[in-house]
Amino acid sequence: MEDEAFTDINGKAISLDCQSHSGLCREFTVSSPKVSVGKVMVYTCCVWLLAYTVFFFTENTAVLSSAILITLLGMMLHIHFVKVDHESLLVIGSLGIQVSSSYASGRETTKFIEMSKIKDIVINEAIYMHQIIYYLCVLLKDPSEPDAVSSVVPLFQSSKPRLNCLVKVYKSCQEILSKC
Amino acid sequence: MVLKIFFPQCCNRADSGLLVGRWISGHDSAVVLAVIHYPFIPGQVKQYVQQVSAKSGVELSVLGSWSLPKEGQEGMESFLRDLSTIFPQQRWLQIHREIGKTGFTCEVLNRDQSKTTFANMLLLVQMFQTVATSQPLFFMDRYDDGPLKSTHWQSEGREASIIVELLKQASVPLCLLISWLLSIWTWICNIRIFSLYPLRWLSSKLSTCVQLSYKTEHMRTLSSAKPAAGHTQFMRKANILVSFLVDVALGMLLISWLYRDNHIAMLANTLVPAADHVAKELDELLQWLMGAPAGLKMNRALDQVLGRFFLYHIHLWISYIHLMSPFIEGILWYGGLSACLGLTFALSLLSDMVALLTFHIYCFYVYGARLYCLKIYGLSSLWRLFRGKKWNVLRQRVDSCSYDLDQLFIGTLLFTVLLFLLPTTALYYLVFTLLRLVVVLFQGVLHLSVDFINSFPLFAVGLRIFRPYRLAEGVKFRVLCEEPGTALHLLMEINPLKFSTVVQMYRTPTYSCYPKDSWAALVKKLFVGELIYPWRHKTIKTE
Repeated sequence: MEDEAFTDINGKAISLDCQSHSGLCREFTVSSPKVSVGKVMVYTCCVWLLAYTVFFFTENTAVLSSAILITLLGMMLHIHFVKVDHESLLVIGSLGIQVSSSYASGRETTKFIEMSKIKDIVINEAIYMHQIIYYLCVLLKDPSEPDAVSSVVPLFQSSKPRLNCLVKVYKSCQEILSKC
Repeated sequence: MVLKIFFPQCCNRADSGLLVGRWISGHDSAVVLAVIHYPFIPGQVKQYVQQVSAKSGVELSVLGSWSLPKEGQEGMESFLRDLSTIFPQQRWLQIHREIGKTGFTCEVLNRDQSKTTFANMLLLVQMFQTVATSQPLFFMDRYDDGPLKSTHWQSEGREASIIVELLKQASVPLCLLISWLLSIWTWICNIRIFSLYPLRWLSSKLSTCVQLSYKTEHMRTLSSAKPAAGHTQFMRKANILVSFLVDVALGMLLISWLYRDNHIAMLANTLVPAADHVAKELDELLQWLMGAPAGLKMNRALDQVLGRFFLYHIHLWISYIHLMSPFIEGILWYGGLSACLGLTFALSLLSDMVALLTFHIYCFYVYGARLYCLKIYGLSSLWRLFRGKKWNVLRQRVDSCSYDLDQLFIGTLLFTVLLFLLPTTALYYLVFTLLRLVVVLFQGVLHLSVDFINSFPLFAVGLRIFRPYRLAEGVKFRVLCEEPGTALHLLMEINPLKFSTVVQMYRTPTYSCYPKDSWAALVKKLFVGELIYPWRHKTIKTE
């Protein structure tokens, strides 16, 4: 279990957790930065101030209750569908790779890719708005055509760690992939 | 290569015995399908395995031994080890678990050197296929009194439901009845008198008739005598059935609301005054246009002609409505009965009635659009003449042309006349197009909701909520235990489909109504004056 101080591309602190279950099985978990309480308070205050101003002009209490409902609903939808708590990569030698992201409400989405479909795991560069960032991705191949890359699955999309973190994960993965 | 063994969870607590399953070539893996318990006679086991193999078509074999030692069963290990000589295999597995620990210890005795063959199908696909085709192995459950006792995933009994069995029994005569009724209905529809041209064109335009034919198709699919061929067909039939039942239930709800408390009389009493009100508003609108609308100065003569023409139309239409008013309640009463066939019918009937009641708006729109269109074409052609050019139909382009003096004179005259009459026509066109668009929008909303009720796969969504393991997107793994001496132990679970994928994949294809043109094309058509029919109906896909 190791925990160094890594950051994501925006400079916020994230943490990487490497667990080695056996010689052929390793799990990497990258936790995203948590939602700051200050931001939540600012948003809520803005919405409610707006609601109060509208109420001041219309004298309709339905505005206030609908503002409360909208805030609650918005927060619930945000933590269930948008806010990613941690993403993990489970590499099982000679079986496959499992990519999963779990959201702040506890929901987990998982995807498993079999070893015969995987060509390689590489660090790639991408142009992201005004910067060029590095990201780790899995290259997939069709089992009948071992030389062509059929598609690319990017990993750690929400947490977007920086190169030092990616290099660590990359080296670990390559050890396992080269063994089988 | 690492050896991978797929072991069913039900056999975790099974008594010691022999493992029966299949080696998957090319991937160095084995699937364990059942455990045959001690005591057994090896000859009987061999015979049984051969029998099941032949029946299912899968090459099953005895993979090895499983030992979970309970009290009073010492000496089992050596007995099971000696069994490897009785069953001649290339590889012999020995899986061992202690009570109280989760990890298995696994040893492999390799007799011959196995060569790695190339794998042409994915491992998990082959594994699930093996389990699916080995049905004959799972017929023997623990209540059977045979010489062999086995544990597998269906040894506690197969999953079934009384309701499903009863429905299966009841569905046979029901399907026969429905197909007989359908044959009568198709015979009625194919009578010669209904194939005359005007009726056929009318029935293709009225959405009620389209819905009827669509529902007949569905009923035909449902009542066909052959069972569903594959998974897609089965899901489609189930979705159609559930959608139809929900449709009828909603229709019944509507009927119970409509025929209670004299709602129909109330509706009928508001309909005629509403139509009167609309006609009065249109009247006022035309009077306003005939005056000086928004401060614009219209050409008096053309204004009066157009205005009086449209006013006469409205007068005709109002007399027609007043003629029909005693029958409206009766029509509504019988029309409401159609909702017992489903809410979609009631909605299509409503859409048709709206289309018929606003027929005059449609007429006005067509008149206005045609006039405007003619004017625009005339103007563009005469503008070309003004500049000394001509449209070359052969080459589909604008060419220069030398006109005679009298051609130029008449052309310029006509051009000026048309140009100064343009604001009047444009204004009438604008007003009636907006009215027509409102009606089209309302009809579009009705059609979209009918479409939604028809195509939404309720059965698939219900299955995804209550039995998620039946609609699988893949598998997911979880590390169970990592005791250092034992093999790596993973739990494999079914990863169900996402809801959005379920809806997308199992949607019933309908004659979905969607916008024919993009926004840019629509605006261009409006500007030029072409008649717009914004909703297009796809033809029903037949498979």
